[in-house]
Amino acid sequence: MKTLQELTAIKEKMRNEIALRLGKVSDGAKYEKHVLMCGGTGCTSSGSMKIADELERQLKEKGIEEKVFVVRTGCFGLCERGPIMIVYPEGAFYTHVKMEMISRIVDEHLIGGKAVKEFLYDETVSEGSDDIKSLAETTFYAKQHRVALRNCGLINPEDINEYIARSGYEALGKVLTSMTPEEVIQVILDSGLRGRGGGGFPTGQKWKLARNIVPDADVKYVCCNADEGDPGAFMDRSVLEGDPHVVLEAMTIAGYAIGACHGYIYVRAEYPIAVQRLQIAIKQAREAGMLGKDIFGTGFDFDIDLRLGAGAFVCGEETALMTSIEGNRGEPRPRPPFPAEQGLYRKPTILNNVETYANVPQIILKGAEWYASMGTGTSKGTKVFALGGKIKNTGLVEIPMGTTLREIIEEIGGGIPNGKKFKAAQAGGPSGGCIPAEHYDVQVDYDNLAKIGCMIGSGGLIVLDEDNCMVDIAKFFLKFTMDESCGKCTPCRIGTKRLYEILDRITKGQGKLEDIDKLEELCNYIKTNSLCGLGQTAPNPVLSTLRFFRDEYIAHIVDKKCPAGVCKDLLEYVIDKDKCVGCGMCAKQCPASAITRTEYIAPNHKLASFEIDPAKCVKCGACMAQCRPKAISKQ
Amino acid sequence: MAKKIATIPFTGTAAQEQELRAVIDALRDDPGCLMPIMQKAQEIYGYLPIEVQTLIAEELNIPLEKVFGVATFYAQFTMSPKGKYRISVCLGTACYVKGSGVVMEKLEEALGIESGEITQDGKFSLDDCRCVGACGLAPVVTINDDVYGRLTGKLEEVKDILAKYAD
Repeated sequence: MKTLQELTAIKEKMRNEIALRLGKVSDGAKYEKHVLMCGGTGCTSSGSMKIADELERQLKEKGIEEKVFVVRTGCFGLCERGPIMIVYPEGAFYTHVKMEMISRIVDEHLIGGKAVKEFLYDETVSEGSDDIKSLAETTFYAKQHRVALRNCGLINPEDINEYIARSGYEALGKVLTSMTPEEVIQVILDSGLRGRGGGGFPTGQKWKLARNIVPDADVKYVCCNADEGDPGAFMDRSVLEGDPHVVLEAMTIAGYAIGACHGYIYVRAEYPIAVQRLQIAIKQAREAGMLGKDIFGTGFDFDIDLRLGAGAFVCGEETALMTSIEGNRGEPRPRPPFPAEQGLYRKPTILNNVETYANVPQIILKGAEWYASMGTGTSKGTKVFALGGKIKNTGLVEIPMGTTLREIIEEIGGGIPNGKKFKAAQAGGPSGGCIPAEHYDVQVDYDNLAKIGCMIGSGGLIVLDEDNCMVDIAKFFLKFTMDESCGKCTPCRIGTKRLYEILDRITKGQGKLEDIDKLEELCNYIKTNSLCGLGQTAPNPVLSTLRFFRDEYIAHIVDKKCPAGVCKDLLEYVIDKDKCVGCGMCAKQCPASAITRTEYIAPNHKLASFEIDPAKCVKCGACMAQCRPKAISKQ
Repeated sequence: MAKKIATIPFTGTAAQEQELRAVIDALRDDPGCLMPIMQKAQEIYGYLPIEVQTLIAEELNIPLEKVFGVATFYAQFTMSPKGKYRISVCLGTACYVKGSGVVMEKLEEALGIESGEITQDGKFSLDDCRCVGACGLAPVVTINDDVYGRLTGKLEEVKDILAKYAD
């Protein structure tokens, strides 16, 4: 493919094929129905690929493989309900799909033409009616606005032509044939796009610096940070799995803008599906002439290589990532010089996150104004969040900046299960902080969160309810950063360890009041003196929980109690003698032989009750899980 | 965390070495090729013994210290192979008070290795792990996907279990 016309021809041809999925009637399309099966990591772990194989087998068996097209897509977002399958043109949304459901779906729906109502997502069906509501009407999808995720769950990520059908590589064609690098940078600047990896640095600014700062640089690099390491964050993985070409296209555009002809994607080895799809995408892009020499016949050369991470969180930090690509221990370097001046191999380099890149082609095609019309004053566009923790709809959502936390959790997320109360949302993983109930109505954007000592970070959003202990959460993240500290600078290496030790002491009931002051002092010291972002942000979970949940720390220290009932050393398992029926199941289950029969016989039954010896109890909770009359509680 | 270094002799074959040399030859001119080569090497050998690291260092003409530094930095690289049967002893609190520490001792005695190591024949590797969530069965040992619970910590018992994996 050498010209825009050829690209358009493929697009026109392919657009008919996928029109069905967009709710459009298409003439002369090959298939009558499209079955989209989620092939993201979440659904694949629960067997979606085997189910797709079985579906194809049955289609063949029944002789309708010419009529029904099975597509393995990327993530639909509603991971909680996986494995997920959608049948178009009806848009029937099947959730929790199991092997044994396939034959009914084939017979009744794909052959019979009537969706199997009882297997459909409950929000898309209504009593007494056979109509299926579209996904856009469900609470999970209604408020979402998909830009970065627009192709995820819609196209086959292993087919470049399906990407082209969705205007893929059109932005690249436009840039190469009708825009100067300066114009490209200006569009990105005007769009207000800021780094989605956590830093929030204006992307256009970064590109501008890299273009101009070293005027006579012979070599420059474009890097993509796909080393998503925050526990609970998986948006980059979903983009790579669902729409890998968008990253390749955006990186090529960036290469043209800054004057680079080589790019690297640094991706975690722990994401095997993403790695595989990227490899396929790069191969296809090269074959199609979208990567390599003389792209679109404009004389512009650009190629991309993959580099696999090897399990080090610190490599998500920009200088550490570049050191790692160079084949060294992934230790960060002091800045300045910034990567725009001296990055990879000491050459001017830009590094953007996967999600940032995923926005770029749309901005080029639809214009900076379109993008800037979404979001808030200083945070434009949309943001992808990975919802997790105590929330009904675990999964991936993309919403305009400025949506309130309450909307995200109560409406899109479906609220907190089991009628529990919202306590806080943890954003930004080990570098971020928590948003407590008093800020439930905060409009989520970069600056509003920064004001309350928190950050959007890469977009992990973990919901905590009344059963979560905030000291324990802080300890969990500190354990993480302590283990992941690379050890190069002292404040981070030793500081995080000391922080962890103090927190550990507090959760074990051995804390002192002055520990709180010590924590704050040490936190501030680590923040100001660490070499890289990992150390500078490591104290955030502690500072943030201290700010909003200081009373919980005090309860641990002064009253020796964990109000949420999490910290094992501060709670006791107790048997309510009057409720105990004397069955003895608890004593049988107890691994520590801490439960014995007592003399006490309750008035309403004949057997003696049981008692736990706190000195022997290891607080495993096995007894409580076994107790039928629910006589055992933790206090 | 310090990494365990294998104590069993290196048993790499000529075919494996040939495969690795081919990988090195294909990648050696790439800047930053060390990590991709080490990742391939670990795929070929299952781990990165010092012999393999030395070969890589000599072939790339870089100090062994640099290869070793990279191997110890990243969690993915292991310098101790895993056995055909991977034994994990739960050292979670519940198992520990029920004597999983003793079970571990007996396993170490029966196998003649320490936790984190592998037997000379490459059949068994022994590791400790955190709570596997089977506290009611404490103390618990898992061997690949098999779970053994309510162990007493007697040497004969441990030997009986290992005998099931004679092949």
